[in-house]
Amino acid sequence: MIKLIPLVPLFPLLGFLVNGFFGKKLSKSLSGSIASIAVLASFIISVLAFIELNGSTNKSNVIDVFSWINAGDLKIPFQFLYDNLSSLFLLIITGIGFLIHVYSTGYMHDDEGFSRFFTYLNLFVFFMLLLVLGNNYLITFVGWEGVGLCSYLLIGFWFKNTAYNNAAKKAFIMNRIGDLGFLLGIFLIYITFGSITYTDIFDKAGSVPTSTITAIALLLFVGAMGKSAQLPLYTWLPDAMAGPTPVSALIHAATMVTAGIFMVVRSNIFYSISDVASETVAIVGGITALFAACIGLLQNDIKKILAYSTVSQLGLMFLGLGVGAYSSAVFHVTTHAFFKALLFLGAGSVIHAMGGEQDIRKMGGLKGKIKITFLTMFIATIAISGLPPFSGFFSKDELLAHVYEHSKALWLVGMLTSILTAFYMFRMLYLTFYGKFRGTHEQEHHLHESPPSMTFPLIILAILSALGGLLGLPEFLHLPNWMHHQIGEVIIMKGKSLITLSHEVELILMCLAVAAAAASIFFAYNLYLKNKVLPVANESELKSWQRLIYNKFYVDEIYEALIRKPIDAVSDVLYKYVDVAIIDGVVNGVGSAVKGVGSVVRLAQNGNIGFYIISMIMGIVFIVLFTLLYR
Amino acid sequence: MLSLLLIVVPFLSALLLFVSKSKSTKQISLFSTIITFGIAVAAMFMVKHNPNTNLLQLDLNWIPSLGIHFNIEINMLSSLLVLLTAFLLPLIVLSAFKNEYANEHQFYGLMLMMQSALMGVFMTNDGFLFYVFWELALIPIYFICLLWGGENRAAITFKFFVYTLLGSLFMLVGLIYVYNHTNIDGMKSWNINALYEAGRSLNADQQGVVFWLIFIAFAIKMPIFPFHTWQPNTYVNAPTQGTMLLSGIMLKMGTFALIKWLLPLTPIGLQDCGHTAIILSVIGIVYASCIAIVQKDYKRLIAYSSIAHVGLISAGILTANQQGLQGAIMQMLAHGVNVVALFLIADILLRHTGTRELDKLGGIRNMNGNFAVLFLIVVLGSVALPLTNGFVGEFLLLSGVYKYNAAIAGFAGLSVILGAVYMLRSYQHIMLGERIDNHNTFGALATSDKAVLIIACIAIVAFGIYPAPLNSMAEQGIKELLAIIKPN
Repeated sequence: MIKLIPLVPLFPLLGFLVNGFFGKKLSKSLSGSIASIAVLASFIISVLAFIELNGSTNKSNVIDVFSWINAGDLKIPFQFLYDNLSSLFLLIITGIGFLIHVYSTGYMHDDEGFSRFFTYLNLFVFFMLLLVLGNNYLITFVGWEGVGLCSYLLIGFWFKNTAYNNAAKKAFIMNRIGDLGFLLGIFLIYITFGSITYTDIFDKAGSVPTSTITAIALLLFVGAMGKSAQLPLYTWLPDAMAGPTPVSALIHAATMVTAGIFMVVRSNIFYSISDVASETVAIVGGITALFAACIGLLQNDIKKILAYSTVSQLGLMFLGLGVGAYSSAVFHVTTHAFFKALLFLGAGSVIHAMGGEQDIRKMGGLKGKIKITFLTMFIATIAISGLPPFSGFFSKDELLAHVYEHSKALWLVGMLTSILTAFYMFRMLYLTFYGKFRGTHEQEHHLHESPPSMTFPLIILAILSALGGLLGLPEFLHLPNWMHHQIGEVIIMKGKSLITLSHEVELILMCLAVAAAAASIFFAYNLYLKNKVLPVANESELKSWQRLIYNKFYVDEIYEALIRKPIDAVSDVLYKYVDVAIIDGVVNGVGSAVKGVGSVVRLAQNGNIGFYIISMIMGIVFIVLFTLLYR
Repeated sequence: MLSLLLIVVPFLSALLLFVSKSKSTKQISLFSTIITFGIAVAAMFMVKHNPNTNLLQLDLNWIPSLGIHFNIEINMLSSLLVLLTAFLLPLIVLSAFKNEYANEHQFYGLMLMMQSALMGVFMTNDGFLFYVFWELALIPIYFICLLWGGENRAAITFKFFVYTLLGSLFMLVGLIYVYNHTNIDGMKSWNINALYEAGRSLNADQQGVVFWLIFIAFAIKMPIFPFHTWQPNTYVNAPTQGTMLLSGIMLKMGTFALIKWLLPLTPIGLQDCGHTAIILSVIGIVYASCIAIVQKDYKRLIAYSSIAHVGLISAGILTANQQGLQGAIMQMLAHGVNVVALFLIADILLRHTGTRELDKLGGIRNMNGNFAVLFLIVVLGSVALPLTNGFVGEFLLLSGVYKYNAAIAGFAGLSVILGAVYMLRSYQHIMLGERIDNHNTFGALATSDKAVLIIACIAIVAFGIYPAPLNSMAEQGIKELLAIIKPN
């Protein structure tokens, strides 16, 4: 089965081609089925290959596809690496990808761009699979930019809306800023190692000067900041919510945005060697986690809340990576993929029921009307808030224990983030599902549970969110931590990823985390359920610090004023003054000067032969004198 | 023989058109260019599999007393440029089908003339003949711009003509200077290898002077900042096919000549002065990209984007390493296809809506989805998205520049971001959003336009996914060239 791995990305590619060329002629159900089955086929192969890999002693399989780019000593084959890391990501991408395809057949059912949607979605899965399967940085980069393209296409899916188009463009360009860093990192790797193939270079990293490794790690991390929406390159992700909700679930929560984490884990040896780089990753991650969680507190758009939550959770994962807890970060990627995909799909179901409404101030009391959506979202909310025994509890707890060991200050940041997370998630839950309905009469009449194609993925994801913790049970309680062993295989410098805390400390940390989350939820309960506080309708009623948060710390406005406008202004000056006036002015000036000289010299050509002869004689005399004097 | 055919077939076809004034001018032109393309493909296969055949080269004694030969050869590198020329000409001819040009037999004839001269420029191994073809190529394009250009064409074309002619004279001086140092059995020679040898025998100061004399000619042709100001006006004013010839192929005369006629000629000059030239090239990348962002006319925007692209190509060449040079070749091929497609799109916009102003366009995707897809693929090739043809060249170019100097590569790499800014911004302006009232119907694309765009898109994707056939030739050719430049 492992030999068949190239089929995994091939199926979605075929699905893309079929829907891309013939989608308009196919019926909706056929078009949706083709796309879904393509991903399902990939999932089945992924599962079978995964089983084979686990039973095999060879944990690192290199599969050649074809020779791609050769330039002297730079050889870049189109080659896949199937190991414990890529096999796990394959399962996440195709598994959740399939569920979201199924969900989309219901969610997008009445959209005129139905087949176009599945075309893009299949293309996305293809590129995402390339990203995790590549055996060198360039194949990963191909997937990396490819998913960026699909993200662009899907954010701007409803292309008549200028705001959506702007959001799409912003996502693409901001990602390209990160991509440049990634690209420069690849060049430095090539210069340093003479290769960019994973299986060639990682073993040699120890013999390279640490300063070079630091530079490589930091450049790669710039790429990760773009793709995984970390400070300062995160503002595209909340805007990306313009895309259809299944897209938010698949691309902007479960898979694409975790590419940065994948890449850092893949390159773990660089971060293990360079303390500067790993500290940077931890600090950026920590700040992003807390910063985004703060913004999440006061948002009223259900998808925006989840978007900031995603940014924040990604920050937590980077915090874990920075302290060397690679397997914990991957564990959190996995559980996060379950519960955040579920939250987005649930939000989609809510929006579906509400006839397109996304403002939680206009919801309320949906609990009884859309029971499956409510129950599944409830489970996801508990999972993300870190209450046992649901999945988020295990992954977050393990991650924060690592952070505690490394730095108490960063642990505090992580804890604060968790507390805020529990609060804003339950705020969302209470305002959406409890209390009285606050929408229009018409909406209330319209409320209905979504079709089975949409609720089926919700239920599966709810089960996964509830039980996902089994993948990584706490080792200090002498329980098996499967994830740790799985990812441990790809971690080259193992020392950093072991916890040396005493069991008592770990237990205390665990209880502390649960207590803090519970207190935070209780606070939200008091506020929104007991005292029935509602978010204010007008921004002007907010206190000034609230307004700061509500307006996302004005980061977009700051970027606009400090980056976009200056670039436009400078470009305008370059064009109008430097290019047209100065440079071209000089060229034209030279032209006119020549013309001017010509018009003067022209007077000498007066047709008078006497004048010519005299000039000639004077010239000869001059030359003779000149040569005599200078001999 | 094959090499001569590549010059003769378009030349005779052009004469036929001039003389016969046939009503089926378009068909004859298309037929001729397709034949030429077939010959070019055959030649390429021969270079690859049977390079020693004498079908590929021709060496006739032309002016023995001056050591001038009529010497043309198709080798690894020249075959790629020949292929590009032969591939683009049918597309350019086809793209003209929907335009009704006055005296069309002359128009098409001049295009074929141009092809003939371009083939000569790429194939010749004789310095004097190179200069002759170089100038010959200027004449047809001069008339194409002058006779079928837009408003104000006389002044703009005049400036273009004088500017490039001036550059060529510098080159001629440089070449004659080197020629005077040649010595083949006591005779002077224009043969390329004799020139290489003579050039390398010069001391550092002499090589520096020769480097600048010749570089300026090529810098104007490409054009490189700050010698570029003739370009935007000329591109905008020329008829679409003229712009395509200028940007798609003629620009490559400069970049290819840089590789073939400058680097091996003055290796020390390159070491001493190359750095300045690289800096100029790289400034041009960012400078032109910024200016492209604020353009309102789509054709002018592409003109500036072309300056940015060629700046990176030039920088890659001047690094004189395998990746930079090979990337330059690959990017020349990609840029040729992409820019021709982009200028056709600008022309389609003008024909269908009466304007190329971004502010007056919008929402065309609502009216023609297929056009939107084709346009998008061309845009993606142009911003060098992986798995499009633009990526292979850009990646190799940047890695070559990075090898030379990391900071310069970082600066040049800004084009990765800025390119996305101006290409996506303009695409959004033109295609997305609500439709704009003044052109409620966009209509279907003409068959000829559609054919050109589809062929271009296939090339963009195919050579992005599987560049190996062309890339291996570029690799081989550059290796051979580097063996001459850096013998150790």
